[in-house]
Amino acid sequence: MRAPVTDLPIVLEDVSFSAGGVTILDRISLVLVAGSPTVLIGPNGAGKTTLLRLVMGLIAPTRGRVTWGGREQASPTHRAIVFQRPAMLRRSAAGNIRYALAAAGVPRARRAAHALALGALVGLTGLERRPARKLSGGEQQRLALARALAKEPQLLLLDEPTASLDPAATKAIEDVIRKVAASGIKVVMSTHDLGEAKRLAGEIVLVHRGRVIESGAAETFFAAPKTIEARRFIAGELLV
Amino acid sequence: MPGDVSALQLLLSGDPALLAIVRLSLIVSLSAVVFGGLIGVPFGAAVALTRFPGREAVIVILNALMGLPPVVVGLAVYLLLSRSGPLGSWGLLFTPQAMIVAQTVLIAPIIAALARQTVEDLWSEYRDELAAMDVGPLGRIATLIWDGRFSLVTALLAGFGRAAAEVGAVLIVGGNIDGFTRTMTTAIALETSKGDLPLAIGLGLVLIAIVVVVNAAAWGLRRAGERLAG
Ligand SMILES: Nc1ncnc2c1ncn2[C@@H]1O[C@H](COP(=O)(O)OP(=O)(O)O)[C@@H](O)[C@H]1O
Ligand SMILES: [Mg+2]
Repeated sequence: MRAPVTDLPIVLEDVSFSAGGVTILDRISLVLVAGSPTVLIGPNGAGKTTLLRLVMGLIAPTRGRVTWGGREQASPTHRAIVFQRPAMLRRSAAGNIRYALAAAGVPRARRAAHALALGALVGLTGLERRPARKLSGGEQQRLALARALAKEPQLLLLDEPTASLDPAATKAIEDVIRKVAASGIKVVMSTHDLGEAKRLAGEIVLVHRGRVIESGAAETFFAAPKTIEARRFIAGELLV
Repeated sequence: MPGDVSALQLLLSGDPALLAIVRLSLIVSLSAVVFGGLIGVPFGAAVALTRFPGREAVIVILNALMGLPPVVVGLAVYLLLSRSGPLGSWGLLFTPQAMIVAQTVLIAPIIAALARQTVEDLWSEYRDELAAMDVGPLGRIATLIWDGRFSLVTALLAGFGRAAAEVGAVLIVGGNIDGFTRTMTTAIALETSKGDLPLAIGLGLVLIAIVVVVNAAAWGLRRAGERLAG
């Protein structure tokens, strides 16, 4: 059930994050608004995962502030995340979804049917009774998506959802992401795959060495990149 | 070996003395598992899930206590419960209750150490997911214990195996009193020293059977856990 309060827009004001004396994110200002998917691109180690964790509210900035719909409270009632390597609870596929439904406050009587529907949405029909840990990488990724959708989020964060998947599994995930985005859920995802960014992004945020180098509408970004880094990234050169 | 034949006869005829000893052993060791589990699982889970100064030391000590010699535990509990000891007024020395106390002290650290490892491994795997799903502290603990249930039951079985097989602690605090505090292991020690081999062998066979059953149960649980939960 969607509460009337909203997490959007998410505003990062001059946000830095350091750990162990290392600055991982450096004075990032960013506004995430409702609409088509925002894709964070950038090489490995750029800070994409850390940025998503901040947006999820799992970690707090060491400087600056993050607000969700103008509020500073971090309780993730309206947002969900799929980690790059999602942990599978030691339950069946359906059991994993039911767990997420329970955590989201869905009454017990409605969980079984709801879990079945979510399983079908991500294309896991027929695999409901399999132990989640016995599913393939792509199936686990889709299960994690179903789990994330269980709380009917306004915002869905996806951390490299197709990394290490083959083309067929990648397509399956991307199809679900498109469906989710079309249903009105704001998707913010990371990828280091330029093709994926082109296929899914409405808005691009290029992250490099902990800083936002360039951001804007995907069409503009790919057609007329403003920075050298963006031009090189689009040209397929290695940003290091 | 005539001893074997009479041992089997004792077993098959359901010799009351033998059955009483087996019964007492099981009651004492199973009670110790219940109390050891009630203490060890929450303690292990608490150590796994909290950070406090000296935590590393607690873990090292816990792991070291797994190898605690039963006679030393027996001695410590003896001193505690003896007439002049701090708990002497309870009058528990040389009773089955004293044996339960001693075996609880013996196996609670084993259960706690194994539970700590289980819960901590699971927690490091689950923590981000549970945080993202906004699961509260109680829900987290319940999830970790439920998802770790097969390993936790294995820890309880390990505790039971150790309790059922030990002789030092129950001998010292129980006194091996015939018909009252005599367990399988203390009876075997006594009967062997007296030369009454049939009873000793009969009890030995029962003890081996119990150990085999416990290990088979642990094995079966592990397999069931893998099959059901992956
Ligand atoms: N908790 C942490 N402590 C220290 N360094 C970290 C921590 N988390 C991430 N890092 C470092 O920060 C950098 C950015 O990491 P990450 O956000 O995972 O990048 P990306 O997801 O873009 O590959 C990396 O160099 C990583 O090693
Ligand atoms: Mg990453």
